[in-house]
Amino acid sequence: MILDIPQWVLLYLPLIYIAVLAAFTGYEVISRVPTLLHTPLMSGSNFIHGAVLAGAMVMLGLAQNLPEQIAGFVAVLLAAANVTGGYAVTDRILEMFDRSKQPQKKKEA
Amino acid sequence: MEWIYYIIEPIYLLAALLFILALRAMSNPATARRGIVWAGFGMLLAVASTVLIPATLPASSTLEMNFVLMAIAVAVGGAIAYYAAIKVQMTNMPQMVAIYNGMGGGAAAGIAAVDLMLGGWPANMYSPLDIVGGLIGSISFAGSLVAFLKLQGWMTQKPVTFPGQNVVNLVILFLAALFGAFFLAQPGFLSGIPVSFLILFFVFGLLYGLFMTLPIGGADMPVVISLYNALTGMAVGIDGFALNNYAMIIAGVIVGAAGSLLTLLMAKAMNRSISNVLFSAFGSKEESGATIQGSMKPTDPDDVAVMLAYAAKVIIAPGYGMAVAQAQGKVKEMTDILEAKGVSVKFGIHPVAGRMPGHMNVLLAEAGVSYDKLFDIDEINPEFATTDVAMVIGANDTVNPAAHRQGSPLFGMPILEVEQAHNVVVLKRGQGKGFAGIENDLFYRDNCKMLYGDAQDSLGKVIQALKKL
Repeated sequence: MILDIPQWVLLYLPLIYIAVLAAFTGYEVISRVPTLLHTPLMSGSNFIHGAVLAGAMVMLGLAQNLPEQIAGFVAVLLAAANVTGGYAVTDRILEMFDRSKQPQKKKEA
Repeated sequence: MEWIYYIIEPIYLLAALLFILALRAMSNPATARRGIVWAGFGMLLAVASTVLIPATLPASSTLEMNFVLMAIAVAVGGAIAYYAAIKVQMTNMPQMVAIYNGMGGGAAAGIAAVDLMLGGWPANMYSPLDIVGGLIGSISFAGSLVAFLKLQGWMTQKPVTFPGQNVVNLVILFLAALFGAFFLAQPGFLSGIPVSFLILFFVFGLLYGLFMTLPIGGADMPVVISLYNALTGMAVGIDGFALNNYAMIIAGVIVGAAGSLLTLLMAKAMNRSISNVLFSAFGSKEESGATIQGSMKPTDPDDVAVMLAYAAKVIIAPGYGMAVAQAQGKVKEMTDILEAKGVSVKFGIHPVAGRMPGHMNVLLAEAGVSYDKLFDIDEINPEFATTDVAMVIGANDTVNPAAHRQGSPLFGMPILEVEQAHNVVVLKRGQGKGFAGIENDLFYRDNCKMLYGDAQDSLGKVIQALKKL
């Protein structure tokens, strides 16, 4: 390496940039959502943080003894529930706002 | 196995983009459904590719068992959550959102726990992040659980208070942080004391979540649910840093930002600060001394039907009472009848009406009310002055003109200005006060009539009377 870039710049700085930019993205994208869609927005973002399932699976894979396996199992169990429940709830709510489906809904009711 | 990261990382990037596009699509009801499908696709890719990481780990005595556990956890957790999400009634949606959110927080805490047990400071230089993520995750988990119990009616929706509550809570939080620091300071993990520090850390983290949510009453739930949504997002993002998992970082941070914004919007809709919502046990004390002139004037369904049928313009202001009484179907039926008679019907939706952000919109959409008829507080307020009948269904604090009176606990809260309509009909169970424990001036106004009873019942009778006209 020609430049003398410190280790922390290479290791941590990109992560901090990602976090800051993602926070701005989240803020900007959400500030356009109308009150009408606040519930699906919330349960949709609820679903998106279900990405925690990825981390939970890695950790359970790494577990080497019973306490780690228990904690990892609980993490995967909860994350799987978060992600499927979050998706199903959001989809159900958005189905009701779906204009093409609304007339059918009326007949069911 | 280095090669798997050439597959996983591009997929994570794609997933992150899909998450952002999905949230963007949610700014419009016409594209919102597409959005959740995109996000679902991104999640499927991200999770499926992640399986490569444990799958290529060197063989160990526990690896096989871990895969069995993983399969069981995914199948059981997924199946139960899916079944519950499909079966739950729309009126119970707030507690479902709360519980799934709490589970995400619990998962974040579990991840932190495993990572801390695998190796702590200084071997694992990210372990301080695990402590932070684990703490926030535990708080969100326990707090969401309490919110769920309150919303489900399995514990009181009233604020639960005791003397010195805020001090006790602060001590609990301090102890959680202290045990976390102790755990980091101890080398040699997994033997004797350090593990019990870890347990104490999580116990106090969970306790804090529990105690923090106890004094928060039912009507403040929209703030609390979105706050815990933000906290879970943050916990996931912080765990993502500790695990160097970019999909988790981006998903978590975006949700953290989105949830924080929504929390602020909810608090603003009540003209209260977040700390006031969290720490003041709002609604536990009743206002005294305010005297109101006049009396409440009861009416009957027939009079209401006549008033509605001969009106030109009607605005309906629903609240939590509509959800409790499951009256949204009757509301839709009445709306259809009135519109057939040439009456213009609109809905005024207060941002914090109900128990979660957007609660009323979801219920009315379920009943089949077109979202063109649902209006924000700012859009609908100028219209009340030209409205013949404003119908309040199970709402109280969100229509209380006391918000205009200096010194009232509600002072400054934006309200639906129903009292400006020529006539106001309030559908209400009884003469009780609203959640804030404040007398509602509106009910004593000359132009206001009370229709007592269960909202579904009352509306059924109004519909019967309308049909006879």
